[in-house]
Amino acid sequence: MTSVADQIAGPPLATTVGVAARDALLAQPEAPAIAKPVASERELRLDLFRGMALWLIFIDHLPPNLLTWLTIRNYGFSDATEIFIFISGYTASFVYGRAMRDVGFVVATARILRRVWQIYVAHVFLFTIFLAEISYVATRFENPLYTEEMGIMDFLKEPDVTIVQALLLRFRPVNMDVLPLYIVLMLFLPVILWLMRRSTDLTLALSVALYAATWEFDLYLTAYPNGFWAFNPFAWQLLFVFGAWCAQGGAQRMSRILASSITLWICVAYLVFAFLVTLTWYWPQLSHFMPRRLEQWMYPISKTDLDVLRFAHFLALAALTVRFLPKDWLGLKSPWLRPLILCGQHSLEIFCLGVFLAFAGHFLLAEFSGGTGLHFVISISGILIMSGAAWLFSWYKHSADKSGSKAKATGNADMAGGGA
Amino acid sequence: MKFVSGVILGVSLLAGLLTAVSVRAEDAPVPAAPTCEVPDYLLSTDNALPKVAEAIKPGGSLNILVIGSRSSTINVIANASEVAAYPGQMQIALKEKLPSIAVNVSVEIQAKKTAEEVAAGLPKLLESKKPTLVVWQTGTVDAMRSVDPEDFRNGVSEGVVALQEAGADVILINPQYSPRTETMISAPPYLDNLRVVAQEHDVPLFDRFAIMRSWSESGEFDLFTAVHGAELAKQVHNCLGRALSQFIIDAAHPKPVQEN
Repeated sequence: MTSVADQIAGPPLATTVGVAARDALLAQPEAPAIAKPVASERELRLDLFRGMALWLIFIDHLPPNLLTWLTIRNYGFSDATEIFIFISGYTASFVYGRAMRDVGFVVATARILRRVWQIYVAHVFLFTIFLAEISYVATRFENPLYTEEMGIMDFLKEPDVTIVQALLLRFRPVNMDVLPLYIVLMLFLPVILWLMRRSTDLTLALSVALYAATWEFDLYLTAYPNGFWAFNPFAWQLLFVFGAWCAQGGAQRMSRILASSITLWICVAYLVFAFLVTLTWYWPQLSHFMPRRLEQWMYPISKTDLDVLRFAHFLALAALTVRFLPKDWLGLKSPWLRPLILCGQHSLEIFCLGVFLAFAGHFLLAEFSGGTGLHFVISISGILIMSGAAWLFSWYKHSADKSGSKAKATGNADMAGGGA
Repeated sequence: MKFVSGVILGVSLLAGLLTAVSVRAEDAPVPAAPTCEVPDYLLSTDNALPKVAEAIKPGGSLNILVIGSRSSTINVIANASEVAAYPGQMQIALKEKLPSIAVNVSVEIQAKKTAEEVAAGLPKLLESKKPTLVVWQTGTVDAMRSVDPEDFRNGVSEGVVALQEAGADVILINPQYSPRTETMISAPPYLDNLRVVAQEHDVPLFDRFAIMRSWSESGEFDLFTAVHGAELAKQVHNCLGRALSQFIIDAAHPKPVQEN
């Protein structure tokens, strides 16, 4: 690839966003063959990988099973969350950065806030479903083996406090941490974009500084009833801002580094290293091959604070992806990848659906003491339902387009889509 | 169209399967006696228990102190028999395996205390009892309160140092595998950090979580179930106690020297 970012950023967004900004952004000296994108072309790679991240997040939210072995977190340090936040930062910056240039700070901010509101409502909706599930489990489930663990249901004794805390994003069930993170990141997007209009590099530098400060001074947000945010926004903003930076031309400037074979080999070596380390997690017999000093230096690999090892792993994966998956790859048009791409194009809706389906799957497995077979069927059905829903959403959108609402700016929100 | 038919197919498959499963659930078979089988690697550790090794020489006596939260007990409403929980079961199994040794087990339940809080009270606790081995089950309370994993790690680390300074061997036990509460309690950070502390201080870690999960996966125990709870709890604790006794003896016995 020339560069991860410029290729990703490329033409696909142009469709929704409008043509004006495109040319500047797309100037890709290294890839002249690509020439000017056709106006109706979307950057399918972004959609593809966001869709893939959504599927993986869904599978990771189910209890471990056969399909879990297909998810990337088993083969390295980073997982689907990194992909999601990066692409979200990228697309949000692309779409709203354009808006900021075309219609000004105030209007762009207003649009961003509307998007934030949508995500917030989605989060509250999911919380309601979660509450129903938990209450059901709490009232029916009595297993003396888990008396202690069931104490977690105590929050149901004071629903007034719990619900208010949930609305404040301070009380979050285990698998619902991503949307609050996304809400906070999007809230700060106007500031990020405003800074980026002055200097993209300065913005990235500030972001790195905040990340470093998070580690140095242990910054975090508290949660209710105790504890902290499972995805620390002070740390995870780095990935979001980095995505935004790539969209604002950073990727293009990195293209020479990304194209070099030294980068290639560093990435490959690091990925192999990460893979070998992860092997020792699943086959503890292997762990005595690990040098002790390395273990002590490396562990624990913090997901909460986006460990540098995780960030580096994501970078290596991204660099290889852009290098070996050109944006005009014919496979992107293949009907087999269509479900993934459709899911990626409706990310907020599909993310929420995925969280809901994971809850439902848990519930079914528990209710029916499901074994591997049921587990597999639930995973596959979940993915089919997500794909079907994505197809339905795009059908809605197309018929809406036909009835003439095309001019509305709503497409933007769609591009900048879902969080997580 | 393709997707629609795919979805329909998926949903009908699911529906069919659910019917089949619910039929199966109704005539639930009488559970066979558990075999308590645990994969070897879950019971092996690189870290030794020198004081225990000394104590289990013929004629010796082994004093074990189990410190834990409520998951180290079984709360059966009618008869709260302490023997049924894994510490009692471990004692029985150890006595069988070490007939010539006096095995004393005392249990100190520190309900609703985080690792940090428990660690603070350890020196005092050890003054009164002089155990050869302390089995410390921790992590559950911290996970439920989502204590900062770093604070958790420091708490456990402090506790382990205090125990070692008091002259005891230490074994750490991590939380239970609890599939029903997986959507509410996030165990992984605490499991990881316990592993780290165990490594730092050369302490054997009894991986209760992985062991119970392997039982759940192999079908040995149905840990999702809401019914026949009391019997299940007893069987699980019985198996845990036996596995733990095996773990202690293996760790205490010097391993054959390996070429490394």
